[in-house]
Amino acid sequence: MSDTQTFLDTLKARSSNYTAEPTWIAARRQAGTARFEALGFPTRRDEEWKYTDVRSIAQGNFAIADNAEFSPATAAALTLPIDAYRLTFVDGVFSSALSDLDSLPSSVQVLPLSKALAENHEAVGGPLGRLTGVDFSPFAALNTAFMEEGAVVRIAPGTVVEKPILLQFLSRAGQPMMCHPRVLVEAGGRSEATLIEHYTGESEATNFTNVVGELMLDRGAILAHYKLQEAPLGDLHVASIHVEQGRDTRYTSYNLSLGGALVRNDLISDLNGQGAETNFLGLFFGQGRQHVDNHTKVNHNAPLTFSNENYKGILDDRAHGVFNGKVYVKRDSQKIEGFQSNQNLLLSDRAHIDAKPELEIYADDVKCSHGTTTGQLDEEAIYALRTRGIDEATARGLLTLAFAGEVLDKVTLDAIAERVELAVAGKLPERFNLAGLVEAAVSLND
Amino acid sequence: MASEEMEQLVRREYKDGFVTDIESDTLPPGLDENTIAFISKKKGEPEWMLEWRLDAYRQWLKMEAPSWAHLDYPPIDYQSISYFSAPKRPEDRPQSLDEVDPKLLETYEKLGIPLHERAALAGVAVDAVFDSVSVATTFKKQLGEAGVIFCSISEAIRDYPELIKQYLGTVVPVADNYFAALNSAVFTDGSFVFVPEGVTCPMELSTYFRINAANTGQFERTLIICESRAQVSYLEGCTAPMRDENQLHAAVVELVALDDAYIKYSTVQNWYPGDENGVGGIYNFVTKRGDCRGDRSRISWTQVETGSAITWKYPSCVLRGKDSIGEFYSVAVTNGRQQADTGTKMIHIGEGTRSYIVAKGISAGRSDQSYRGLVKIGPRAKGARNFTQCDSLLIGDKCGAHTFPYQEIGNSTATIEHEATTSKIGEDQLFYCQSRGISEEDAVSMIVNGFCKDVFQELPMEFAVEAEALLNVTLEGAVG
Repeated sequence: MSDTQTFLDTLKARSSNYTAEPTWIAARRQAGTARFEALGFPTRRDEEWKYTDVRSIAQGNFAIADNAEFSPATAAALTLPIDAYRLTFVDGVFSSALSDLDSLPSSVQVLPLSKALAENHEAVGGPLGRLTGVDFSPFAALNTAFMEEGAVVRIAPGTVVEKPILLQFLSRAGQPMMCHPRVLVEAGGRSEATLIEHYTGESEATNFTNVVGELMLDRGAILAHYKLQEAPLGDLHVASIHVEQGRDTRYTSYNLSLGGALVRNDLISDLNGQGAETNFLGLFFGQGRQHVDNHTKVNHNAPLTFSNENYKGILDDRAHGVFNGKVYVKRDSQKIEGFQSNQNLLLSDRAHIDAKPELEIYADDVKCSHGTTTGQLDEEAIYALRTRGIDEATARGLLTLAFAGEVLDKVTLDAIAERVELAVAGKLPERFNLAGLVEAAVSLND
Repeated sequence: MASEEMEQLVRREYKDGFVTDIESDTLPPGLDENTIAFISKKKGEPEWMLEWRLDAYRQWLKMEAPSWAHLDYPPIDYQSISYFSAPKRPEDRPQSLDEVDPKLLETYEKLGIPLHERAALAGVAVDAVFDSVSVATTFKKQLGEAGVIFCSISEAIRDYPELIKQYLGTVVPVADNYFAALNSAVFTDGSFVFVPEGVTCPMELSTYFRINAANTGQFERTLIICESRAQVSYLEGCTAPMRDENQLHAAVVELVALDDAYIKYSTVQNWYPGDENGVGGIYNFVTKRGDCRGDRSRISWTQVETGSAITWKYPSCVLRGKDSIGEFYSVAVTNGRQQADTGTKMIHIGEGTRSYIVAKGISAGRSDQSYRGLVKIGPRAKGARNFTQCDSLLIGDKCGAHTFPYQEIGNSTATIEHEATTSKIGEDQLFYCQSRGISEEDAVSMIVNGFCKDVFQELPMEFAVEAEALLNVTLEGAVG
């Protein structure tokens, strides 16, 4: 039996759940199924998947969860300590018990996709799938074939959302499950919001998450988008995020990837209106045999648009990292500034990084640059710290944290920054406590 | 499948009935095993060489033309090409410069090419004008004393079969890629250089001075071998536009450097780029690779690419030897409707290997240009080091400039740096020059030459001067 067939059979078994759905959803589900069937899973012969082998997904047999039971105590421990409007999904199934939308203003809608469809499915039909169609990748097609649940966020024009909107995705241990959530965000003109996607779960879990996100920013909207990926180390995680930016919008992505056995992120931003600005910040940390693949693309489709990208990778043990960043400037999109930087730190001899920073430019009045470096910790810097009485392990830890710091310093939500810092520090080869590090850092300043 | 087998059977039968007149000088268009047998026979090659060619051809048949490059051209009909034509006889060539296209002469004038060389370049029967034979003889004597072998690849196959057997196809295997396989099957010309142990070649070698090289072949094959502690600098091509009726060029260049050897390979390529609509230009698909087999060996590629409608070219270094060094310096200029997809590969295998890449691309008019590079660090390449700088300059708003650098790093002791920028000539730079009484055109030329300086200074001196002039001619009319 082919790998594709296992998934198609699961889909068939699921079809009784889809009998009552509106015709437009049925049509898209069919299109997704047909496309997935035609494409099959990508192989390393596909340029887009040259460095990432998805056989662990293709050869898996994942069930679809039908309940959202989760221990409240475990959930509480996993939940980010941030005062936020919160939607929680357990293996893709919405959990109202673990969600909290208290005091959500009427100008903001945060609701599970199933509810949004039940209330007014036509309002969802327009934007859903507009940015990420079934042709984007086999995984987008697969997601469309299986789509059932997800989050819909609508922000009315002019609204400043005071608290972050937190979408929490929990992964359970036990039988391998898969989920195909959709995230749909419509940020109205001049609105301001912070969106957090948080992936986490029970450490023994071995599930497959295949999320598709579509974010639309209307004129003047500002959106900060955190994707904190702390999935269990056995989880397989594929995310396709597509952002559409109108005039004078500002989008900032914080892509923080710590967990997962196999992680693939596709992040695309279309700068369609003058004055639009996009910022991609990324930090990925790999250890053991983790595989982390980040593909980003900025499309400068309009003149006077700006992009800034900074991705940092730290790889230990036999981890494999991939960075593929592309800056595209459309013909006649003049007065563009596009900057891209990717730096990678290899902590072990068997760690591996494949980097490909690309520029594709069809206009002349542009300032575009990219830089990428790969290396190890600077022995002279370690020596300098040691001459100040800091032991080698601490020195290495400090320098690794400093390396991550360039991205983490820009993280404005302290709870997230601290969490990532702790994770990086805690996973460093020479284990030490962060408190000791902080003390050491303070004593350096004295 | 069955029909394919049938076809092969039919072909085999035809082979026995092979009747092409060996005395004729030109083959009709078409490619099959008979064509290859004809070429091999015409060149007086031994049986093993024919087998080698046929092996390449059979592998080529199974391959597909690569489509990954950022290039757009109609599919090539390999059956419409004539794979062998002897050089034109003197009486068929233009008899004097008066018969040559005045536009060509104008360009020579701008490039400052000496009068007697102009005739040679324009394809005028040179013997009467310019005594190339005596020049070549003097050189041959000097090289012979040093023990350096420098001859055409056909002569080498005949006279030094052991060296050819030992080295040919070891850097670029016959089935390395589509165009290399085609070249291996049908190559008709090219150079062979062998520098024995400890010898520094007493002069810069250039095909331009090689006798018999008046007509560079369509499928050139070059093989350069430097034994331990030997050194050579080789120049390919020349700055003047080359007249050539062949549209498809698929050359293969192989370099082998043993312990402590140093090979410097410089290219200036200025083939016909086609008219303003891109019609009729040369398609240039080249496989160039150097193998740093020995410890502390060094291979350096320098290229100035201004011609051809399509350029597909990635001079590469395989850094096998401990502490070996690979270098790549490139200036690529595209104007009109030219397309270039060029770059390099640095494969670090040995410990302490280093590579250095400087690529400068200038796009003007409606042209499209890509830098495509690979830096690969193997797990055993401890302490490997790479620095890459690739800059693009855009002139005009209808051109494109792209960079696709691949980095595959499997060693934590490696240090890799890559920088790329894309920009246009700054208004402030132009204004600064013009405020000092420099005309706009001269200012652009100054800025562009400054942009390319890092590469030009790697060229042998005479070449560098010519390259600068060439750049100005190529970009003429692109500004203003």
